[in-house]
Amino acid sequence: MRRFLHQLSITLAFFIPGSVYAAMEMNMPRGVTDTSHIIYDLHMLILWICVAIGVVVFGVMFWSIFYHRKSQGAEASQFHESTTVEVIWTVIPFLILIAMAIPSTSVLIDMYDSSDSDIDIQVTGYQWKWQYKYLGEDINFFSSLITPKEEIANEQAKNTNYLLEVDNELVLPINKKVRFLFTSNDVIHAWWMPDLAIKKDAIPGFINESWTRINEVGTYRGQCAELCGKNHGFMPIVVKAVTQYDYDIWVEEQQAAAIAKAAESEQEWTMDDLVAKGETVYQKNCAACHMVDGSGLPPAFPALNGSDVVLGDIETHMHMMYYGVPGSAMAAYGKQLSAVDLAAVITYKRNAWDNNTGEVISPADMQAYIDKQ
Amino acid sequence: MSEQTLTLDDHEHHEHGPAKGLLRWVFTTNHKDIGTLYLIFSLTMFFIGGMMAMVIRAELFQPGLQLVEPGFFNQMTTMHGLIMVFGAVMPGFVGLANWQIPLMVGAPDMALPRMNNWSFWILPFAFTMLLSTLFMDGGAPDFGWTFYAPLSTTYAPPSVTFFIFAIHMMGISSIMGAMNIIVTLFNMRAPGMSLMQMPMFAWSWLITAFLLVAVMPVLAAVVTMMLMDIHFATSFFSAAGGGDPVLFQHIFWFFGHPEVYIMILPAFGVVSQILPTFSRKPLFGYHSMVYALIAIAILSFVVWAHHMFTVGMPIGGQLFFMYSTMLIAVPTGVKIFNWVATMFKGSLSFETPMLFAVAFVVLFTIGGFSGIMLAIAPIDFQYQDTYFVVAHFHYVLVPGAVFGIVAGVYYWLPKWCGKMYDESLGKTHFWLSFIGLNLTFFPMHFVGLAGMPRRIPDYSLQFADFNMMASMGAFLFGASQLVFVYLVIKAIRSGEKAAQVPWESAEGLEWTLPTPLPYHTFTTPPVFESKL
Repeated sequence: MRRFLHQLSITLAFFIPGSVYAAMEMNMPRGVTDTSHIIYDLHMLILWICVAIGVVVFGVMFWSIFYHRKSQGAEASQFHESTTVEVIWTVIPFLILIAMAIPSTSVLIDMYDSSDSDIDIQVTGYQWKWQYKYLGEDINFFSSLITPKEEIANEQAKNTNYLLEVDNELVLPINKKVRFLFTSNDVIHAWWMPDLAIKKDAIPGFINESWTRINEVGTYRGQCAELCGKNHGFMPIVVKAVTQYDYDIWVEEQQAAAIAKAAESEQEWTMDDLVAKGETVYQKNCAACHMVDGSGLPPAFPALNGSDVVLGDIETHMHMMYYGVPGSAMAAYGKQLSAVDLAAVITYKRNAWDNNTGEVISPADMQAYIDKQ
Repeated sequence: MSEQTLTLDDHEHHEHGPAKGLLRWVFTTNHKDIGTLYLIFSLTMFFIGGMMAMVIRAELFQPGLQLVEPGFFNQMTTMHGLIMVFGAVMPGFVGLANWQIPLMVGAPDMALPRMNNWSFWILPFAFTMLLSTLFMDGGAPDFGWTFYAPLSTTYAPPSVTFFIFAIHMMGISSIMGAMNIIVTLFNMRAPGMSLMQMPMFAWSWLITAFLLVAVMPVLAAVVTMMLMDIHFATSFFSAAGGGDPVLFQHIFWFFGHPEVYIMILPAFGVVSQILPTFSRKPLFGYHSMVYALIAIAILSFVVWAHHMFTVGMPIGGQLFFMYSTMLIAVPTGVKIFNWVATMFKGSLSFETPMLFAVAFVVLFTIGGFSGIMLAIAPIDFQYQDTYFVVAHFHYVLVPGAVFGIVAGVYYWLPKWCGKMYDESLGKTHFWLSFIGLNLTFFPMHFVGLAGMPRRIPDYSLQFADFNMMASMGAFLFGASQLVFVYLVIKAIRSGEKAAQVPWESAEGLEWTLPTPLPYHTFTTPPVFESKL
């Protein structure tokens, strides 16, 4: 079946110079998994069936338009019914649809079988980034856009991967069955990777499944596909497919880094270090809504510069960072950021812009607060 | 009221014309006046929604953020969708129905004239309220016209409450309009006209009205549940409170899919009137056209989850909705084949209404093809929420619904105002619109397949060329609608006097009336003789 579909699409595509199409990015990518190949072939098959029907229907129509014109002296016939032809053009489409439904059903059943996976990854959508948790591997990180603001604002030339580049790629080994578990922390997102032919909604309170087995080493890019608020257009997905050998090295690096990160909260931090780190954390997590200069976008996103919370009681500030503000767009960062990052960003906010409290919240203070929760 | 008093009343007010002054339009219960109000309202909303589309296309002209903030961009896409669906297309068809249904079935007016007045006058208030959200703190609704929870509940701007109230008002208006049409068609047809002899436009509206009565309450329910979640601490759609965000989508699309047919079936009716006239040949397969309409309407209730293929349904559900959706292609195909058969061996001429009707058949069919592709669940995963979907529904709505309304206006305008429009301006309008819309929406198929998600204010570089093309097409399409406004004003003010039957071989009761039309028509029911 697969081979047949593939042959057919190649044969049909012969009539149109395929290479031109590829260069102009006019069609669905063929992708790098067996499933994506089948889906591409099915897409081409249905497209060509539609084209064929279109040629017949529009052919008859334009024949009438050119040859049955009044200006050419055409006399109108007065027939207005024929049960035979009406039955024929009810039955034929029905048969064509059955022919389309059979391969579609078999692909769908295959796509739903996510059993016997080698690696399980939990993908969580956040406004506006992705979290990847490798189940059983102690690897857990966020992945967000790194395209500079200047490129988006047209102040700087755009690079080739404009809007499709992230800080931490999702690294996967090739030739392994990877199962994804999708969920969301806030609104509905959709994880879409065209080259893997996966699009699945990430819905708060639900876990959706999907799987892939990548055939080729490479970097593949996609985007969030479900409107998820202001920065919906700015939460790309990048998958880096590597060999098993490289994957194992990467896993070890990640685990070593996790241990180093844990050690950070033990170490002593100066205020300058905290403010510097806090600024990075702020740019990545807060600036999208509260703006780089802390002015916010009231009333939905309050200003932090001169804010009562930021200049007020430290405990309240920590509480708001840790739990977010339920019923608003302010997320709970307690589960997203480490104690060090939380301490740094709180310290930064209390000393940035016109805020000059001079207060330092050390990672140890923050850890103490977290332990109490 | 007995028939005798009716005739008597008629004699007493023989030359009863419209009331004087502006209040005529406020208090009118005349179906022609109300039809005119609906059509003017629809055109106004078409321009307001169109200007929002221009903002969207201007921002997407090039990669990068140039004109608007992403938040405002989302407000524009949301309001554009809401206004075009509820403000332009639906009232446009109700306007055609108000003018034409009494004229086509030989009734003196709609069955419930005062309710008719009310169902129109709700609309300006509903849309004023909806548009006022643009000036509120936090901005207008920005969650897409499909307003998926929880983006539209927990994460919505404060103006969402006004949006909910506006939707309720539009729903009340639509339900009343639909009931009026059902009652009129069942009770006020000319003696001798059986249901199976009604003109196709009346049939298409009868089916549409039943769909409206069935699904507008569902829309009302879903926005009420949102209201409860936002203000009264319920958790219908909030997972944190034990609710279900996917439930929202099921209810919304149970309304939303029949809604799609509500916007296209009356256009089927208009085209089924126009093609026979300009082919000088009866409509092919009247009976199968009616059965196809009924089949489409019934199927529209069992296909809703094809909008939700990526939501994570069990495979049984996925297959059911895939098969039922594919099935819709059969009755739709019958309609298209019948239209082509109507033109086949006719004696065709191409006045403006015919141009729009032919373009409708061709371009709607293209939208139908992409519809079949989208119906196939496994490949829909690649299309869902991309510009391919945007291309698909604009192909069925712009050259579908909008061309249907415009074709109807060109076709019946000479009867309504007793003047002919300028044919060469009409053709100019057609060709500019035709080129503009194809330039706008055809490239969207390509960028969608190549991977561009919908509802994004900025995009990566490989989509740049086609987006620029689409934006230029959109500006052309937008500007060419000004030609239409000029044409209509010119026809009303200084058009040549139209003949009683301006189109050779036009059939139907409306053409038996004198031109210009008297304010009251068919005060005595006509005698209807079937041609079938």
